[in-house]
Amino acid sequence: MILHELLSFEMLRLIWWVLLGVLLIGFALTDGFDMGVGALLPFVGRNDVERRVVINTVGPVWEGNQVWFILGGGAIFAAWPPLYAISFSGFYMAMFLILAALILRPVAFKYRSKREDPRWREMWDRALFIGGAAPALLFGVAVGNVLMGVPFHLTPDLMPIPDASALMRFFGLLRPFALLCGAVSLAMLVMHGAGWLVLKTSGEVQARARRYGRTAALVVLAGYTLAGLWLAVGIEGYGYAAPPPYDGPSNPLIHPIVRGGSWLEAYGQRPWIAVAPAMGFLGTFMAWRALGRGSGGRASDLAPLGWSKMAIFGMISSVGLVMFPVVLPSSTDPGSSLTVWNASASHLSLFVMLVATAIFMPLIMAYTAWVYRVLWGKVTPDHIDDPKGHSY
Amino acid sequence: MEIGVLELSRLQFASTALFHFLFVPLTLGLSIIIAIMETVYVMTGRPIWRQMTKFWGTLFGINFALGVATGITMEFQFGMNWAYYSHYVGDIFGAPLALEGLMAFFMEATFVGLWFFGWDRLSARAHMIVAWLVAIGTNFSALWILIANGWMQYPVGAEFNPVTMRMELVSFAEVIFNPVAQAKFVHTVSAGYVTAAMFVLGVSAWYLLKGRHVELARRSIAVASAFGLAGALSVVVLGDESGYDAGLNQKMKLAAIEAMWETEPAPASFTVVGLPDREARQTHYAIHLPWVMGLIGTRSLTEEIRGVNDLEAEAAERIRSGIGAYDLLMRIQDSRATGVDPALVEEFHEVGDDLGYALLLKRYLDDPRQASEAQIMQAASDTIPPVWPVFWSFRIMVGIGLTLIVATGYFFWRASFRQMQFPRWSLRLAVALMPAPWIAAELGWIVAEVGRQPWTVDGVLPTALSVSHLGVGEVALTLLGFCLFYTALLVVEVMLMLKYIRKGPQDDVEETEEWMADHRARLSAEVVR
Repeated sequence: MILHELLSFEMLRLIWWVLLGVLLIGFALTDGFDMGVGALLPFVGRNDVERRVVINTVGPVWEGNQVWFILGGGAIFAAWPPLYAISFSGFYMAMFLILAALILRPVAFKYRSKREDPRWREMWDRALFIGGAAPALLFGVAVGNVLMGVPFHLTPDLMPIPDASALMRFFGLLRPFALLCGAVSLAMLVMHGAGWLVLKTSGEVQARARRYGRTAALVVLAGYTLAGLWLAVGIEGYGYAAPPPYDGPSNPLIHPIVRGGSWLEAYGQRPWIAVAPAMGFLGTFMAWRALGRGSGGRASDLAPLGWSKMAIFGMISSVGLVMFPVVLPSSTDPGSSLTVWNASASHLSLFVMLVATAIFMPLIMAYTAWVYRVLWGKVTPDHIDDPKGHSY
Repeated sequence: MEIGVLELSRLQFASTALFHFLFVPLTLGLSIIIAIMETVYVMTGRPIWRQMTKFWGTLFGINFALGVATGITMEFQFGMNWAYYSHYVGDIFGAPLALEGLMAFFMEATFVGLWFFGWDRLSARAHMIVAWLVAIGTNFSALWILIANGWMQYPVGAEFNPVTMRMELVSFAEVIFNPVAQAKFVHTVSAGYVTAAMFVLGVSAWYLLKGRHVELARRSIAVASAFGLAGALSVVVLGDESGYDAGLNQKMKLAAIEAMWETEPAPASFTVVGLPDREARQTHYAIHLPWVMGLIGTRSLTEEIRGVNDLEAEAAERIRSGIGAYDLLMRIQDSRATGVDPALVEEFHEVGDDLGYALLLKRYLDDPRQASEAQIMQAASDTIPPVWPVFWSFRIMVGIGLTLIVATGYFFWRASFRQMQFPRWSLRLAVALMPAPWIAAELGWIVAEVGRQPWTVDGVLPTALSVSHLGVGEVALTLLGFCLFYTALLVVEVMLMLKYIRKGPQDDVEETEEWMADHRARLSAEVVR
């Protein structure tokens, strides 16, 4: 096949780095509110009917949303195989916990309301809470650890070897900075989930969602600022000493990177990327304001979710943009770190995957939008009681 | 055998995959059965068909939740437990997994929510289309996964790159149209159709035995038996195709399945049963059917099927050649920093296909170039997969497959030509046969995956090398975690299934009964006339 020469290897790597971001943001924007709603469930739903209202706001869509996560895994595997191999084995126990939490969720959604027994339902409510809160927290912890570097090195055969004991591979993740990132991530998705509940519910549930969402937004503002300061003074960045060939072979050991300076130096080199944190701050602030307004029709119910989308987009992009071109730094052997230029799949593979994505992504967007439109409207207690409603 | 990270990781992958596959076949088949029922409803407008659709839909939903939940694990386990595998073949293997998400899983998951929640929001026709979209998505999902798995059995369209130390894609078309993958796909989805058919048949038979929901049950049997018979025939035909493909490619797997120690003059005989003995390299108390094996494996009367002993000797040769490839690879590695000599790469590609065989030695020593003759012989003997598990798994699977053709065929005949009257013994048999397709499906995976050992990717990457560098404690903990967690989920799932089966159809009861009464009156009026 000569067709794939149409796009240079360098360009394809860049596109796939952007697509990686699109997938992560897509996941946070869609499944993010499911997780936020799960984390909010015990607080905004005080009785069984209210809880069922809350659950049914995400009931029909969480399944599709979760595919962003699965697709993210598959796309990283296909486009960035070393990243897939090293991050998932390096975060082994954390990944197991995320999986366990995410496995609980589908089951809890489907099974919770299949029996009347209050203890049964309470058990599954707890599962939904864990299934929402735990991954939201752990994803942030993972991002924090990526910023600080992960302990691994590559052998000459490119076999990844972790440089921490089994115990430290998990507990070592829980560093203060990483926990801060976890808190920001959790608060961010709680704010997002609150935005969703404002749109999809009314009355008491909606009022509570607004209250909790506002608190979460404040935590995001404070935590994101603090994390930024911490990055400025307390955490070393990584980068190339000399520019590598952008179309070189995917072997990190040939043109190794070095540690030094700060991640935030990227703002000096590429000032335009300051747009990302600006969107993060503005979005969160506006979401906080919008959550504070009383219910007054469609626009004001839609505003918090819209602003929190912007906030999430800005905050996740800001992490990727300051790190560029590094994607996974190694704290114990910086020369093994993965970058956009040394950790991609082959030229042909990236091209084939891009063609597939170009065909199917618009289709996915179109039918997902259609499904959301069919399901548009608020979920009310009447809905839940309707025996023909097929609610959870 | 010492239990280390490798053994625990294999056990974890095997158990989570086999567990996942308890739910997948039912989803594959039931999604289509439901779409068929809903189509009949839309075409005839008869409420009983909508009731059937919703009833089986409820059971589908309970099963689907666990299929999705356990599938999440599969997507991430390659990276978690098989890091070197993920690096080594991710360039090829990752693409079908990503495409599965893009093309299939998104569709299935997005529309399944709409299907359950959209009864009042969509027209009957649109709702039926959604049912088909779920079914198509589900089956496409299987296609991509089996393309990925097919590549592990028969790694076409890829080449090893000595600079990036991994297999890289050369032809995507070859990966997609891999004959092994295509045969496996149809074989596997058909097995799913049979599983779902036997499930519907079994539950319906139980209703008939109890005299409950008779109309729903009889119609369900009519649909399930036709669908199941088609599926059962297809499973066996495509299973045969798989056997033929294995003969082309995985000769050692085929020899192990048949416990064929020596190369026989063509056409080889088929061992019906026997006790394979690896130490003695013979099968005790074997009963042979002349010619059959040669016909299945080669579709000719003159081609030989190679026996285990010959293939082992061939493996030793390939290990020796692979050591040469490994030596070249090391020289390429040393010159990476200064610039690789293209002549060296050229030379490597001549023997590169045997590199994987040299990697078999990595179990015993770091540098295959230092291997002793005894170690080479040991590695060659390692290329023989465990014989008796695949030998017996295969035979039980085939036995079940043939039984199910007879069973679905019988019900199809009674449903089509005997006014849907089923003798009680046959109903009891249908209930008893419910677990059979699951057993066959799980054994099928054992044949496919144990038979591929000692490789993760046949001839390319040994399993022992694929595994992540994790601690024994870590993997033991997650294995235990998965076992406990999955067992609890299974208990809950089966409990709910039984509860909803006992409850029977809950939707549209009055409407359906009214229509049934009318319908019966109409029928008896016709008889009187």
